[in-house]
Amino acid sequence: MSTFFAILFYFATLVFVVGTFYRIGVYTRTPAPLKIPTTPAPTTTGGVVLRMMREVFLFESLFKANLWTWGLGWLFHASLALVLLRHLRYFTEPVWFWVAMIQPFGMYAGITMVLGVAGLWARRIFVERIRYISTPSDHLMLALFLAIGLSGLMMRFVVHGDVIAVKGFMLGLMHFDLQPLPSSIGLYVHLSLVAVLLMIFPISKLLHAPGLFFSPSRNQVDNPREKRHIAAWAKRMESEN
Amino acid sequence: MADITAPAYRVFPIIPALKPGAMEGSGPYVSGEKMNEALGFPGKLVDDWHDKAIAKMGDLLGKYRSLTVYMDACVHCGACSDKCHYFIGTQDPKNMPVARQDLMRSVYRRYFTLPGKLFPKLVGARDLTREVLDEWHNYYHQCSECRRCSVFCPYGIDTAEVTMAARDILDSVGYGQKYDIEIIGKVHKIGNNLGLPGPALIDTMEGLEEDVKEDTGIDVRFPIDVKGAEVLLITPSADFFAEPHIDSLIGYAKVFHATGTSWTLSSMSSEAANFGMFIGNYEQLRKVALRIRQAALELGVKRIVVGECGHAWRVAYSFWNTLSGVGEGADPDDKFAQMLQKQLDHRYRQPTHICEFTWDMIERGALSFDKEANDKHIITFHDSCNVARGSSMGGYPGGQFDIPRNIIKSVANHFVEMDPSTTHEKTFCCGGGGGLLTDDLMELRVKGALPRMEVLKQVADEQGVNFLAVICAICKTQFSKVMPIYGFDRKMVGGVHQLVSNAIRLGEK
Repeated sequence: MSTFFAILFYFATLVFVVGTFYRIGVYTRTPAPLKIPTTPAPTTTGGVVLRMMREVFLFESLFKANLWTWGLGWLFHASLALVLLRHLRYFTEPVWFWVAMIQPFGMYAGITMVLGVAGLWARRIFVERIRYISTPSDHLMLALFLAIGLSGLMMRFVVHGDVIAVKGFMLGLMHFDLQPLPSSIGLYVHLSLVAVLLMIFPISKLLHAPGLFFSPSRNQVDNPREKRHIAAWAKRMESEN
Repeated sequence: MADITAPAYRVFPIIPALKPGAMEGSGPYVSGEKMNEALGFPGKLVDDWHDKAIAKMGDLLGKYRSLTVYMDACVHCGACSDKCHYFIGTQDPKNMPVARQDLMRSVYRRYFTLPGKLFPKLVGARDLTREVLDEWHNYYHQCSECRRCSVFCPYGIDTAEVTMAARDILDSVGYGQKYDIEIIGKVHKIGNNLGLPGPALIDTMEGLEEDVKEDTGIDVRFPIDVKGAEVLLITPSADFFAEPHIDSLIGYAKVFHATGTSWTLSSMSSEAANFGMFIGNYEQLRKVALRIRQAALELGVKRIVVGECGHAWRVAYSFWNTLSGVGEGADPDDKFAQMLQKQLDHRYRQPTHICEFTWDMIERGALSFDKEANDKHIITFHDSCNVARGSSMGGYPGGQFDIPRNIIKSVANHFVEMDPSTTHEKTFCCGGGGGLLTDDLMELRVKGALPRMEVLKQVADEQGVNFLAVICAICKTQFSKVMPIYGFDRKMVGGVHQLVSNAIRLGEK
């Protein structure tokens, strides 16, 4: 089983990294031929950085749109971020100071993350408009996060796993020195689902995470009159006449 | 058309229940063979439309980062789902911005993503069938490209970009919309959307000079094709004869007169509107914009000023520098743009909105007004969608909201705001923008006006508002047409420069 999970994680990480970088490469290479920031928009690069930070950390636009979706979505994402940071302790030896500090918060974040996902799922099921636009994959994505969260919480609060051994396994993976993974159904489920998440990241709507940074309506400086902006393919038309 | 009635006002702020299929149908008239061919599109739907459409989509995905990112990034969160005026007015779920995007996203997933190729049902991917193509023709002509959804999307996904791509694809397989294609044809052939030839335009302007002389006793000029004039005015051609547009044109002329600005129209380039944007076709967008460049070069003007028109201002402000070099900041070795930019006077922003021009003159004290002349009006201001969310004024974020309001307050005594959830960046489209201002879409136009009419009714009832000021030719035409259906007087709508025209002092400074 240890070998299986070792291979699975190497493979999933490879798919995640290569796939995501590939998509980011596509976004980077594809030109934005016209200035299309949603105005009012910042007129300086610094302003754009601030606008983007407000979107990334506060979900500013979503806040304007719908307080329920914003609240649940923010709760989920902020909790997920904390949970991920907390998990750094499985990959660092010695554990970084600040990672040790957030451990208690990360634990509760696991619970709020599950609550956030459940709330978002309820919204998807019970709000007519959202139900209409949902595809099976939208539901499955929430199911995946819910299952990852629940299996994690289970190991923390119900059936305690051998975290020292898990850490040994993870550090082993990082140093190409395979260590045994403790045998536990909960752990197997948790790790398998995380591997699935890594693998579908670059081919699913999870691309919204890198996508946001490339969204021309949010990342462009509103200075079209002051600076000429032109794509290479459009510039070529000018030499034709 | 006479039997179209207005939908009932909602009790605020309920979100309408879904009525699937409410706006199913064949969409607007399909463009004819000759019109299509004049623009270089296939005359009618080509036999291999499926392959051509997918190839065109691939081409656009490679050319527009917006389209590529927007196809991938949507998580179906539903933030946009209740934001579109056409959804609110029609209750058709396919008019929810996300659902409208999904008409294309489903095809994108099927042909351009791995999960869509392997498990189409799971991710909502569909083959591009004739039914899907018809659905595109119908529902992508129920979007006015107003960008309201993009304000609320956590990733800034702009349905207008998707609509433009869809229309570009439809045109490329010979399945475009009659109204847009016909109008672009007229611009290329005659120089304006209305097909008003040069001599007729000169006649009209002479008539206007007489009218204003009769009204005011003053010789306000409406010059055309004057070489060496300082300002070239590019304005929507509706300003030349449509009501209430023409009253704003008179307003611009009076501002130029009172400030002693030498200006001219161009008979060759007598159109600010650029329907190339509506059909999402870069070549057409560019070609229409190049007429203005050509006129500016031939007439040797120092400034280009744009009249009251929403999407035209978006094109002018955001795209002209890119398309035709009207602006500044081109690279020194960019000969194409430098040729024009060297001629323009960069003490001023190029291009300048007529409201920027007028407000600048007011601030300098170059204009004075009898505000009482507008006392019969209790005025509110409708932010036109493309000005609000696709452009700016005054060189700072939000100038597009302040400057028109500042002008109104300078020329009139009674101004009130509508519900703030429907103004500024959250403004609703009038219901006729984005190439939908055609009689064959009248039902859609009436229903799409609902959210604006609701809040107008509120301020009309509670604060006695009797004048809806706008700075867009499409808003003016659309409101004049649909307001009577909602029980308002069509004369309630007018331009900001109509108010300026009423109050401006021409004799002295």
